[in-house]
Amino acid sequence: MGLGYLVKRLLTMIPVFLAVVTLVFFTIRFAPGGPFDGERKLPPEIKANLDKKYNLDLPLWKQYLLYMRDLSRFDLGPSYKHSNRSVNDIIGEAFPVSLELGLWSLFWALLIGVTAGGLAAFRPNSLFDYIPMSISILGICLPTFVIGPLSILVFGLWLGWLPVAGWDTPADRILPSMTLGFAYAAYISRLTRGGLMEIRTQDFIRTARAKGLKESTIILKHSLRGGMLPVVSFLGPALAGLLSGALVTETIFNIPGLGRFFIQSALNRDYTVVMGTALLYFTLIFVSNFLVDIFYVILDPRVRYE
Amino acid sequence: MSLRKLFSMGAVFLFLFSVSCTKKSSNQTQVLDKANGTELQDLDPHIVSGVPEHHVISELFEGLVTMDPKTAEPIPGQAESWTVSKDGKVYTFKLREGLKWTNGDPVVAGDFVYAFRRLVDPKTAAKYAYHGGYIKNGDAITKGKIKDLSALGVRAIDDRTLEVTLETPTPFFVPLTYHYSLYPVHQKTIEKFGNKWTLPENIVSNGPFKLRSWQLNKVLIADKNPTYWDAANVKLETVNFYPIENTDTEEKMFRAGKLHVGYEIPLPKIPHWLEKKDQIYHSPYLGVYYYHINTTKKALKDKRVRQALSLAIDREQITKNITRAGQMPATAFTPPGTGGFQPSVYLNPKVTPEDLAKAKKLLAEAGYPNGKGFPKFDILYNTQESHKKIAEAIQEMWKKNLGINVGLYNQEWKSYLANRQTLNYEVARAGWIGDYNDPLTFLEMYVTGGGNNDTGFSNKQYDDLVAKAKLEMDAKKRGEIFNQIEAILMDELPVVPIYIYTRTYLIRPEVAGWYPNIMDFHPLKFVSIK
Repeated sequence: MGLGYLVKRLLTMIPVFLAVVTLVFFTIRFAPGGPFDGERKLPPEIKANLDKKYNLDLPLWKQYLLYMRDLSRFDLGPSYKHSNRSVNDIIGEAFPVSLELGLWSLFWALLIGVTAGGLAAFRPNSLFDYIPMSISILGICLPTFVIGPLSILVFGLWLGWLPVAGWDTPADRILPSMTLGFAYAAYISRLTRGGLMEIRTQDFIRTARAKGLKESTIILKHSLRGGMLPVVSFLGPALAGLLSGALVTETIFNIPGLGRFFIQSALNRDYTVVMGTALLYFTLIFVSNFLVDIFYVILDPRVRYE
Repeated sequence: MSLRKLFSMGAVFLFLFSVSCTKKSSNQTQVLDKANGTELQDLDPHIVSGVPEHHVISELFEGLVTMDPKTAEPIPGQAESWTVSKDGKVYTFKLREGLKWTNGDPVVAGDFVYAFRRLVDPKTAAKYAYHGGYIKNGDAITKGKIKDLSALGVRAIDDRTLEVTLETPTPFFVPLTYHYSLYPVHQKTIEKFGNKWTLPENIVSNGPFKLRSWQLNKVLIADKNPTYWDAANVKLETVNFYPIENTDTEEKMFRAGKLHVGYEIPLPKIPHWLEKKDQIYHSPYLGVYYYHINTTKKALKDKRVRQALSLAIDREQITKNITRAGQMPATAFTPPGTGGFQPSVYLNPKVTPEDLAKAKKLLAEAGYPNGKGFPKFDILYNTQESHKKIAEAIQEMWKKNLGINVGLYNQEWKSYLANRQTLNYEVARAGWIGDYNDPLTFLEMYVTGGGNNDTGFSNKQYDDLVAKAKLEMDAKKRGEIFNQIEAILMDELPVVPIYIYTRTYLIRPEVAGWYPNIMDFHPLKFVSIK
């Protein structure tokens, strides 16, 4: 793998990042209302005092330059709503929660998805194939705001096995991460099945079979590595999606993650928090795709980047 | 791994976790778990502006007075007594002996002086600076007309005597001091930590509870404060405030026993819970739900049109079939009982045949017989299920009763506010919760050019009467003036009242000391768990 390619790839991130900063900065500013608007309209003098305190009285281009200056020092600014915390504080507090939730979800998604997909590929067109694949269609179709409350009702209230909401005990992790991971498990199972089915027809598998190896060895040792390629390329966007797309799950289960801040800040016009979370999500998506590219090369000897 | 193995492993996991989580029950001694709406902005009494903030700040800090849990009338707090001068402008508060901040420093009159000055200081940029505007020169200082903070009408005669001089006699000034904007704050802590002074490791406060920890969007924990003057009578050891914006989640947490006190019940579940009388808090509330009419728009400029629109609304149908939590149909703008004021009945809860005939006649006189030629417009509301249902019902009533076709237009909160406040609407949904228990908090809004007028309404007689009510000190005469004001408002109808709010939320039967009152004030120093 060419090191030059990687460096080039990383360098392309810079202009894209700048474009994203600029786009988000101006888009959110053009939304109606501002961070200090509320049911009780503020007397103009008080509004002016507030704007002055947060530099919102400056021309927009000056605010933009100020923001860029602070950003270059990794300072994402103060939150307009949570006045005793900076955006860095908020991300520092909430992102680890989202990260943990995302990793748990990914764990479930992989465990369930690869197992189900493997089984289906192992015995195609049998019940082992039909049942998991039908469930996976359900998982893809049902949104988290249906699965979440439903699972709370069943496992939290009726059966009483798991906590209904919160983020304290290990048990609190189960329902939300499964809810979030379910749709991804569904995709992964289908990708696994597809990948494995395709690889079954390859020459090296036929060779393995001709050598008289056991079917399970063929699947686990020979097919899985190549057959998992589609899954691997899905993992990048999946991880980014799990980390940035947890807002519904976080709200339903009252989890103090970054997704909730993302919605709240957009609704509150808390400009700096919107910016901070958006930039973090952008970076995550970029980095996870980048990592996938690297893994791809490691897994598939046919792939070379120039 | 075989499927069976996976399942059995999963079952074992589930079992282990369920064992580990059943151990933790919220039903322990004197620990209160309370839902608290959206996450707080801050704990700085001079920075914040919301109701969830009130619930926490009024426990961590204490002002000159606190509230009687049954009547929501002021009772001595940090001040043990107070006197008012004859002209109603000078209040002298006597502080209790031996008051302490959580760090052991004494609470002195100078702390209140510092706090009130900080409130009106333009540099603080307090959203509630206008509460300091009742104090002499407060408004001028906030507006930057007076630079010297010491010109504010507040002084410490000695460590235990605070004198406050007001701009005009303000009969509700004492209850107003229960509002967090007028709480004392600890100068040294603020100067040392700047805007970080409200973090758990820095904060110094003087209320019945003190902050232990605060994780955003998770939980804020407060413990009983041993340095509080009345600590001997505070029964709760710990209070957990949970920020939960999703009402379904909150209801499920309540059902699972994780909460003693809820914040809001999802609309469809209200009838179900209203049947369980021992698990519900239910009380009229100091707030009115109403429609704004933009009096600057073509057809709506005409008073007769506004009257016809109001007459054609069946308020009782809305409270009975849509809101369903025992709300009262509004018959005036000010909720009955606000500051002891009982407004006369100006509007009918139901549409009578006479109302209908009158409405049609008014509309015809205005030039729109049977709604013919009436300009098309939208009802603007902020996106929420109940607002939508009410708007649909009113749309239907106007169509059926008046032959007028209106559309519906929903927007997210800030866009809706921006349109409402710039008069870029025809009819818009609104709600108002009183800032203090006095009719002025409702009626003052519609003076000419008032900051929250939002209707373009302007009436000289109305303005004069409001000014008169502000100076009047006799309660009976004030009540008469308020009725005159109401009469104008309900004749001109820049606002069409629909119903008087109730507060309805879940509460477990073992919570003691929680009484229904119009302000929804429940100081936790009086609350305990049976």
